Amino acid sequence: MKNAVVSLLAVLFGLIAGALLMAVTGSNPVTGYTYLFEGGLKSIERIGNTLATATPLIFTGLSVAFAFRTGLFNIGASGQMLFGGFCATFVGLTLDLPKAILVPIVVVVGFVAGALWAFLPGLLKAKFNVHEVVSTIMLNWTAYWVVYNVVPAYLKGSYETESRPLPVNAQLRMGWLSDLFGGSYINLGIFLGVLAVIAIAYIIDRTTLGYEMKAVGFNRHAAEFAGMAVGRNIVLAMVISGGLAGLGGVAQYMGNAINIQIGHLPNQGFDGIAVALLGANNPYGVLLAAVFFGLLYSGRGYMNAMVGIPPEISDTIIAIIIYFAATSILIERLISRLLRKRREKRDANAESGGA
Amino acid sequence: MWQLISGIFPYAILYTIPLLITALGGLFSERSGVVNIGLEGLMVMGMFSSAFTIIQLQSVVPNLALWIGLLAGMAAGMLFSLLHAFASINLSANQVISGTAINMMAGAITLFLARNITGSGNIRIQRGFTPNEVPVLSDIPILGKLFFTNAYVTTLVILLILVLSSFVLYKTPFGLRLRACGENPQAAEAAGINVRRMRYIGVLISGAFAALGGAVIIVTYSGEFNGSAAGLGFLALAALIFGQWRPFGVLGATFFFGFASTVANVSQVIPELKVIPPVILQTFPYVVTLIALIMFSKSSQAPRAAGEPFDSGKR
Repeated sequence: MKNAVVSLLAVLFGLIAGALLMAVTGSNPVTGYTYLFEGGLKSIERIGNTLATATPLIFTGLSVAFAFRTGLFNIGASGQMLFGGFCATFVGLTLDLPKAILVPIVVVVGFVAGALWAFLPGLLKAKFNVHEVVSTIMLNWTAYWVVYNVVPAYLKGSYETESRPLPVNAQLRMGWLSDLFGGSYINLGIFLGVLAVIAIAYIIDRTTLGYEMKAVGFNRHAAEFAGMAVGRNIVLAMVISGGLAGLGGVAQYMGNAINIQIGHLPNQGFDGIAVALLGANNPYGVLLAAVFFGLLYSGRGYMNAMVGIPPEISDTIIAIIIYFAATSILIERLISRLLRKRREKRDANAESGGA
Repeated sequence: MWQLISGIFPYAILYTIPLLITALGGLFSERSGVVNIGLEGLMVMGMFSSAFTIIQLQSVVPNLALWIGLLAGMAAGMLFSLLHAFASINLSANQVISGTAINMMAGAITLFLARNITGSGNIRIQRGFTPNEVPVLSDIPILGKLFFTNAYVTTLVILLILVLSSFVLYKTPFGLRLRACGENPQAAEAAGINVRRMRYIGVLISGAFAALGGAVIIVTYSGEFNGSAAGLGFLALAALIFGQWRPFGVLGATFFFGFASTVANVSQVIPELKVIPPVILQTFPYVVTLIALIMFSKSSQAPRAAGEPFDSGKR
């Protein structure tokens, strides 16, 4: 309950800050927001696009949230997503199989590759106590440069900066699904995302494995004393977190887009931190937060076309929300002060009434 | 071989200098006990503010515009880093999250503003500094040719800041107090040091220096703001670790990385270097930093209290 209030207030402050920015730069915030939300919701096609935009965020948000719950800070979701998406794309462009076989294969490849990219930081943390924040940042940029070189060398499309488009059989897009949503690029990723939310919620709350990983996160030494394999649990938690981010890469590069581009670390990896915070590290909260951010991202093109507000307003709002979520203690203090004031007032009223 | 090295050298230095000053900023922040992974965002802030200031002034005061731009960038970086300082010092927020927010905000807000100004989101200055021969120093055999025949004035300024920083950190009471706050803030407080104030100073210096790093890129080799520092802020963070949180260690690390990046950039046009695949050179800084982390895992010189919120009641 308190988490939800803090999250909603962070969103509110983020939107107010966005409104101020629009006003300062000479646009009307009310029309700005109207077009922003219309752009994401106006038609069934736009709703489909909003859900598709949210899909990678569901995965990266889950990835970061799961790591947080097990006491780890996975700031490398971006690199894991890139590497997972890249390996899956590589396989999708190489193998020539029927769709019913190829799609499950690329999904598994994406998960495994993302997991592999997170295995190393997990191992370094377990064996050498190397902080995962630093090692995952290093691996983000390692993935960036690997993809930067391998794509033009082996998967080059019509431009130097992107791969060939994926064959239909390797894409997550389905004809019937796109038709259902009026031609949107919504794809199988959203179903995978919802499944992942349910699976992670189950693992965290209902299994011994989840319990052990949480226990290690809370207090490494106590968990060890209780007989848990600390190192193994840390590595496993990182691997699952990385695998989720890898699935985000599959959803992004093989569903929302149909090729992979070089020269970008995907934003979604860092937005995943915001999604996790806003969702209070709860899988269902992550789902809601991801859809909300998906809405902010998918409506911005329409808003830009209609009233000329630069699309970066969405990134700005999200960044401000994450700042407020990080400083949630400020909001909590504010709430408790308000509550105290109200209580004092009531007490004072009661006294004067009694006298 | 000599010709190759002396040809690459000016570029390596050019690339090293922004990294050096940014990592030095990170050093002040972490030595005071606040981890700052927002260096990338602070660089972007410096790039934007300096480019914006310079295009306003270049037609009015062409000679001073670049210097004023550098100062404006530093001021903006300091202001922006206040957000990080406030969150980490007053609110005991998670410093990594706050730093991430800084990175995201800087990238988004500057592009948003730049698009409002120029439409495309890019800001190009008319002209930057040009390299010059430094009198006297360029006459030193070998080193003079490598370092001082094609030197930018900003390079010399930043090397001066490096020497001053090292002096301040190790030879003045202020430096001792700053380092104490990063090692054992409770002891520092017991000795009468205002830990929060020292940490504010550390973070503000990191804001100013990282922004200066971004601004230097604008006035030397790039000349254009485009909303990104291309990961140099994170490379600076790697250099800070690889240099083990010491000013001259950082100098060595940044030069090492700067040289590797330059070789990676030119390796495809120079026959002698073409045998090395560029991906090796490009990932090199990150991989060696990972290896360094493992090697130093038992004897790391990292400030012991870095990343922990200060709780004066804790013992």
